[in-house]
Amino acid sequence: MTRDQDRLDRLDATWRDAPGLWGFLTTVDHKRIAARYIVTALLLMFLAGMLALDMRLQLSVPENTRMSPQLFNESFSLHGSTMLFLVSVPAMEAMAFWLVPLMLGARNMAFPRLGAFSYWLYLGGVLTLWIAHAMDITPDLGWFEYPPLSGPSYSPGHRADIWAQMITFTEVAALAASVNVAATILKMRPPGMTLARMPVFLWAMLIASIMTILSMPSIMLVTSMLIADRLVSTHFFSPAGGGDVLLFQHLFWFFGHPEVYIIFIPATGFISSIVETFSKRPIFGHSALVMSLMSIGALAFGLWVHHMFAVGLPQLGNGFYTAASMAIAVPAGLQIFCWIGTMWAGRPWLATPMLWVLGFVATFVVGGLSGVMTASAALDLQLTDTYFVVAHLHYVLIGGGIFPLFGAFCYWYPKATGRLMSERWGQIAFALIVGGFNLGFFPMHLLGLMGMPRRVYTYPAGMGWETLNQVATAGSAIAVLGGLVFVANALISYWRGAPSGPDPWGGSTLEWASASPAPSWNVAYTPVVDSLTPMWNDGRPLRAMDGIAIERREVLVTSVTDATPLYRQLSASPSIWPLIASLAVAAMFLGSIFTPWAVAIGAVPIGAALIGWFWPTRPRASTGPLRARS
Amino acid sequence: MKLARDLEIVGDLSNLPPSASGARNLVWWGNTGFMVIEGTGFALAAAVYLYLLTQASGWPPKGDQHPGLLWSGIFTAGLILSELPNLWVLRCARAKNVAGVRWGVLAMTLIAMALLIPRAFEFAHLGVTWHQDAYGSVVWLLLVLHTAHVITDWGDTAVLGAWLFSHEVGDDQFSDVEDNSNYWTFVVLCWLPIYALIYWAPRVL
Amino acid sequence: MVGTAMTRLFAMLPFLLLAGCDGIQTPLSPAGDQASALHQLLMLMTIVCGVVYGVVLVGIGWSLWRGHNHTTAFGDTPGDDRRLSRGLWTAAAAIVIGLTVLVVGSFIADRALFATRGKNAMEVRVTGHQWWWRIEYRDSTTGRLIETANELHLPLGRTTRLTLGSADVIHSFWVPNVSGKIDMIPGRRNTLDLTPRHLGWFRGQCSEFCGAQHAHMAFDVKVESPAAFDVWLATQTRPAPPPLDAVAARGQAVFAGPCAACHVVRGTDASGRAGPDLTHLASRHSIAAGTLPMTRGGLQGWIAQPQALKPGTSMPAVSLAPADADAVAHYLETLR
Repeated sequence: MTRDQDRLDRLDATWRDAPGLWGFLTTVDHKRIAARYIVTALLLMFLAGMLALDMRLQLSVPENTRMSPQLFNESFSLHGSTMLFLVSVPAMEAMAFWLVPLMLGARNMAFPRLGAFSYWLYLGGVLTLWIAHAMDITPDLGWFEYPPLSGPSYSPGHRADIWAQMITFTEVAALAASVNVAATILKMRPPGMTLARMPVFLWAMLIASIMTILSMPSIMLVTSMLIADRLVSTHFFSPAGGGDVLLFQHLFWFFGHPEVYIIFIPATGFISSIVETFSKRPIFGHSALVMSLMSIGALAFGLWVHHMFAVGLPQLGNGFYTAASMAIAVPAGLQIFCWIGTMWAGRPWLATPMLWVLGFVATFVVGGLSGVMTASAALDLQLTDTYFVVAHLHYVLIGGGIFPLFGAFCYWYPKATGRLMSERWGQIAFALIVGGFNLGFFPMHLLGLMGMPRRVYTYPAGMGWETLNQVATAGSAIAVLGGLVFVANALISYWRGAPSGPDPWGGSTLEWASASPAPSWNVAYTPVVDSLTPMWNDGRPLRAMDGIAIERREVLVTSVTDATPLYRQLSASPSIWPLIASLAVAAMFLGSIFTPWAVAIGAVPIGAALIGWFWPTRPRASTGPLRARS
Repeated sequence: MKLARDLEIVGDLSNLPPSASGARNLVWWGNTGFMVIEGTGFALAAAVYLYLLTQASGWPPKGDQHPGLLWSGIFTAGLILSELPNLWVLRCARAKNVAGVRWGVLAMTLIAMALLIPRAFEFAHLGVTWHQDAYGSVVWLLLVLHTAHVITDWGDTAVLGAWLFSHEVGDDQFSDVEDNSNYWTFVVLCWLPIYALIYWAPRVL
Repeated sequence: MVGTAMTRLFAMLPFLLLAGCDGIQTPLSPAGDQASALHQLLMLMTIVCGVVYGVVLVGIGWSLWRGHNHTTAFGDTPGDDRRLSRGLWTAAAAIVIGLTVLVVGSFIADRALFATRGKNAMEVRVTGHQWWWRIEYRDSTTGRLIETANELHLPLGRTTRLTLGSADVIHSFWVPNVSGKIDMIPGRRNTLDLTPRHLGWFRGQCSEFCGAQHAHMAFDVKVESPAAFDVWLATQTRPAPPPLDAVAARGQAVFAGPCAACHVVRGTDASGRAGPDLTHLASRHSIAAGTLPMTRGGLQGWIAQPQALKPGTSMPAVSLAPADADAVAHYLETLR
């Protein structure tokens, strides 16, 4: 069947954005929104990396006076806050935004304007933190600011408030994004894609979204309580007023532990997709992988106390959390088995995305095993708050989050741009990054075991820590160099890469059915699915359905378990209201750093913006007391 | 426009209806998602209250008064009773009754506004300020959270009412009324455990 | 690539570990019961985790090699899925067994840490301040508290029970050679038992970020024979000796001005509580919470420029005439 050019032109007319700046500000195209998320996150990753290199240079020499303690403390706070709140989670959300509709054969997400709103709020969080840095009111108490140090007595001024409100921005953005992704995956699947036929990637994004919805309220609550303690003299965390310092830690880590799995679970989705395509066979153990993801998602909410083993909680409780924290290694380990098993039973080929899978396994497993060591409440008393745990957290977050992200970037780059990245430069970047990272961070396990605590701006001579610190600095520098090569490859390939065609890797899932780059409307017809690997059907034509409107923006809504078509939903058009609403919300959030009245006053513009956003475009009433009178 | 594969058209979706109600509707899931988020927030705030209670030697701490039962009782009774017109509006929405949803949503707007009066008195009779101690802080936290809930839903309902009256009412608007009505039920249900904690836990525990 | 980087590191490992092995601030060189139990657990875990990692690497290598040699169309050897399913159950069982071993090991170590609870122990109260340690020994005969700062002495072979608290923000008490760490939390009292088994000097450091000078909040620990400990404690109980020469007397007079507002020297009128007790300063190994050595040079440098050496510290720079500064340093050196 040949393409109907007239149909494509009419789809273009319906789905394209306005040109220029107005189109940029009003777009609700999930691909454009995802792209700006990814560009912003990559830029911030670079900035956070520069902060890291600065700190590593400082620590290369004992009793170094190059950086003042204030500057160093700001650096590790900014580095951690940026990487965890502004890079890792948003990047995973962005990959969901970009890929979920494509993998579902849908034309947009469930709530297109909400997606745009998420990005603008996220950007608000970015600007809150980094403009504060430019104005020298950088938060300086780490990425989890424990009271009483972060309370009104020991941190006057507004640094701690900046941190707390940056979190409010990013958490509201993430919550909105998660509702969006979850609703899309549950209700907008193609006919035939029952939950049993849903690829692991979509399961991963669904579970991560649900985890976000259940965990982020905790950090929103606790940062608001901290601001209240600082701004209006509540006593949540002050012992003198009957409050409890540990309450902050419980609430923070109730969010903080699921957060790292919110980063890791989407990464496992990337790995499953890449392993399947590059082993040239359906992934082994789909049910095991899905159930592992569900158990990780559930277990993650029962582990938070392992961040508090040194706090002096009752021994029996600590024992429970030790067992639970080790137990999560079971589903994680089974996932690794399934991926390796798929390669074993398939015909793996080591294109760059697959190299990143290998880098992930080799690196993340080290992090997982050092995690098993820190899971012991007893042993953790020697390991926590030392460079051992710094090594552990970087191994799991970078090995388990960033390396899969790089692999996913290489894998789906042709779908986004229509071009291939250079394989050779991809291999060079891979070697520099993975080799540099391991050289940089493995020594930190040893430094921790040699007694070096974390978050110290310098250390005494004669402790024997110099050599390993210098090795760590060298490795980190190599990794950053590799990162620059990676980005250069991406940029240069954008203009000079070989054209990729729609499906350069022979992928198994539906995103490879659309053109590369995907047009604004994604797919011209609604695909019908009868297996986990719809693109691998021996080259036969893909089955699809017609009927979703072309003259207006419309999407198909299906049932939750069986993906039975239910009805056609109007899909939101481009709108300036998400931007206006996010500006109003930003004004309220920023104002409330200085006065609680900002909440009441700020609610008014927000209300106005939301009214504008949701005002219906239906005709005026012809009956009733407010009917249109001609 | 090069595609990886040819397509074979096997069906037509254009006969599907252009709307749906209840859990079949996409927006219902968005609304539910936000209710889960806020419900989780309330559950955690309740956990904070219970945590501080278990850490304290007396609850309320020595010198703090018990929160007043009169205005909270009036508010709670009024809130529970408001479910009656609320569920009626829900029925009207499902039955696609235009006049019913218009006047019903207007009524809910007025009811919500009226309930804010006893709520204001509740604050005045809490018996403690937020800056007095942790007990005061957490009691105010719970009441402020729920009041924000009521105010935003009142605003929502008012705007909904305004455009129900000024515009044609179609299937999407009936779905919106349904979602709004569900949300009010959520506001009522969230209040009951919070009420028990603020007003009865100090007297019973 | 990854392989060569990792090989290089593993080759360096023995030398690097040996470098840390006789350190004075490391869990790798246990000198106490608590640290010994944890060291054994560390060894068990390192071995088990090392084996697991090796198995994973072998698994990948084998899979790539086998897959590379596949020639059948679409790489599907019949029976592969069945073998993988059995492998999955085997892997699950192996992981559960491995984790059970580790959980049991952890439980045993945990019990060792709490083995001394309820037994008789000497009580010492340690309070964290930004950025120093107040240390108070409970005199078993009189019940009074004997105060010192930044240096802890422990009798060999006996259990000392520390009661840990904080005067301001969260700190953490850690002497890795003797035991694991415990946080010092305002509004809470935590307990830590230490049972040292080796003589010598060790170093402890604050292990919870506590503000600007967290990096310079360390303390010295001396493990000595019970007899030597008793002598030390008796010395700490006594007030400061009176100045023996004119320079020391002048120093004491200068000290009574700016310094006495924050520091105690028992036996004189200096009774400020904001900073560490200096009654027996000169008997200590280091000053300023492990930042500088207890020498004439260290003393003079610290008094002259505290903000340059430990920026943000609570001790202000006090400008003294050179002769006065010399006299104060000389006086402090007599406070043995």
